[in-house]
Amino acid sequence: MLNRRGVLAAGAAGAMLPGPLSRARAQANTIRLGVLSDMSGPYRDATGPGCVVMTQAAVAEFGARGFNVEVVQADHQNRPDVGANIARQWYDQGVDVVLDVPTSSVALAVNQIAREKNKVFLNSGAATSDLTGSQCSPNTVHWTYDTWMLAKGTGAAIVRTGGDSWFFITADYAFGHALQRDTTRFVEAAGGRVLGAARYPFPATTDFSAFVVQAQASRAKVLGMANASTDTVNTIKAAREFGLHRSMKLAALLMGLVDVHALGLESGQGLLLTESFYWDLNDRTRALTARVRAQNQGRPPAMVQAGCYGAALHYLKAVADIGVAAAKADGRAAVARMKAMPTDDDAFGPGRIREDGRKLHPVFLFEVKSPAESRGPWDYYKVAATTPGEDAFRPQAEGGCALVRS
Amino acid sequence: MLEFLESITGVPTPLLFGQLLLGLINGAFYAMLSLGLAVIFGLLNIINFTHGAQFMMGAFVAWMLLNWLGLGYWWALLLAPLIVGATGVIIERTMISRLYKLDHLYGLLLTFGIGLMIEGVFRNEFGSSGLPYRIPAELQGAWDLGFMFMPIYRGWVVLFALICCLATWLVIEKTRLGAYLRAATENAALVQAFGVNVPRMITLTYGAGVALAALAGVLAAPIYSVNPQMGTNLIIVVFAVVVIGGMGSILGSVLTGFGLGIIEGLTKVYWPEASATVIFVIMAIVLLTRPAGLFGRA
Repeated sequence: MLNRRGVLAAGAAGAMLPGPLSRARAQANTIRLGVLSDMSGPYRDATGPGCVVMTQAAVAEFGARGFNVEVVQADHQNRPDVGANIARQWYDQGVDVVLDVPTSSVALAVNQIAREKNKVFLNSGAATSDLTGSQCSPNTVHWTYDTWMLAKGTGAAIVRTGGDSWFFITADYAFGHALQRDTTRFVEAAGGRVLGAARYPFPATTDFSAFVVQAQASRAKVLGMANASTDTVNTIKAAREFGLHRSMKLAALLMGLVDVHALGLESGQGLLLTESFYWDLNDRTRALTARVRAQNQGRPPAMVQAGCYGAALHYLKAVADIGVAAAKADGRAAVARMKAMPTDDDAFGPGRIREDGRKLHPVFLFEVKSPAESRGPWDYYKVAATTPGEDAFRPQAEGGCALVRS
Repeated sequence: MLEFLESITGVPTPLLFGQLLLGLINGAFYAMLSLGLAVIFGLLNIINFTHGAQFMMGAFVAWMLLNWLGLGYWWALLLAPLIVGATGVIIERTMISRLYKLDHLYGLLLTFGIGLMIEGVFRNEFGSSGLPYRIPAELQGAWDLGFMFMPIYRGWVVLFALICCLATWLVIEKTRLGAYLRAATENAALVQAFGVNVPRMITLTYGAGVALAALAGVLAAPIYSVNPQMGTNLIIVVFAVVVIGGMGSILGSVLTGFGLGIIEGLTKVYWPEASATVIFVIMAIVLLTRPAGLFGRA
């Protein structure tokens, strides 16, 4: 027998069903974008709801061109099984594009499903360079950044300034290992050496002082942090506290604007980090920021969020070009058209998408400002170096992507 | 002796001393948090799964006091435990007090749910990436101990945690109030018959346990990222500490907190990958050989 609680639970489950989807299924003239992201976990601030806001900004900028665009969203909780399930359901129910998908393990799962179902996967949030390497797919575009570019951007730049011996503090899982491996290649190629590494359990580590002291004892010149988000912030805090920054350079290999905000400029000043977008780069990025800031909880967009905007906008242009019916029927054709058209948007400027699905745009090495240099909240970076897109990412021939004709 | 140590461990002695000291510092956090849990469990028989969220609230209240009211670290050390403790009193009065007659499991589920909700609210309000909080000017800098740099603030944490633990132990073991509390644990009806307001005492005890968690949160704010999930990782370890020390044993949880901090610190030198697991291995061994915990009464 159904009791009151059972009825409530059934009602709640019903409310979560994608009602608008089934209603709109008949509308063949609607393109549906699904933002699948971390809405409740550690990466929420760097992607998450902000990515939805930026996707909507792209839709608004694209305007009305004879078809409707709908944006839906879901939380993958950084779990591959949850993410794969939602992506499968979405694609079956008429969602044409899955967007964002931070967390490399989830992204690789969705990558497979998009290919299987011949839909489109526009990745902005995940780091793994395998998306355009060994696991590249004709249905996928990897828009914003990847581990290879980070390793080259920050790693190689620091070796050039004389940092030729390294000690790594590495998150003990696929992402941390990949980042350490890629950076090590650049360090060694430039004649540097890696003196040691401490792999700490992820995500169960809060205190990094033990590893910071080990790094100090190694007498290396550079501390490479192959981790992300809160872990990086806690590592830097510990390094500052134990006076590590006086004897070693700190290399945060994956760090973004929200992490600098969390760390504060007092502890963050002087850090070098690599990103492909910053809100205060030029007039176009500032104009974009002014348009979206109010919806984005008063914050300027972060790099991955900007990627959601750029990828969505370019996809919509490709759809307008080949027609809604063709784009909905054949994800591969839509991605092929995206690759054939040059890209241009307010976040990344002009660029292009390579055969292996890699989006090319300039990459910046930023230095974090000191509290005295900063004019206020979110004024955190100054540009230390710019690398053109063609040089910033892994050469296509080295990635091992099967789509690339040799 | 030192050369001998170095030769058998393969780790330079200065580094080893440094790690022992760092282990002691982490142990101070474990001790402070497990102390609050032990006090609550000993007197209320409630396993307080909201403890991690309350630790986090302590750190956030410190941040709010500074950024909204301009009150610095020292005020936070006083006010944050009072404010968070007061929320604990409200939670106990309105919700937890209804469960005393039921199985432990209900209290566990309720406090777990409250913890998740508190974390969700903070995540919505402040985001997940965290907020900066500076070390107070008086405690900045480091001492050069020869074998390592010792940040003054970390030394302060150990000292302050020791004082808190000692004070709590004295109150419960040596004062009249403590005697009432212990008596009420044994037989609440009898103590009430003597004219002691037992429900109020229980409420205040919960508030005090929560205040201890918040105090640890304020201590943690300058050295760890202040974010909504900061209590989650720590609290799992702290539960293991309480289980190893013996549920409800105050002295047990304090000693175990410091001891496990040191063991974890050494594991970080020899086998960093296992540093999160070692405490749970010890917990399993203790449960198999002494189910009541090292200091618990069976």
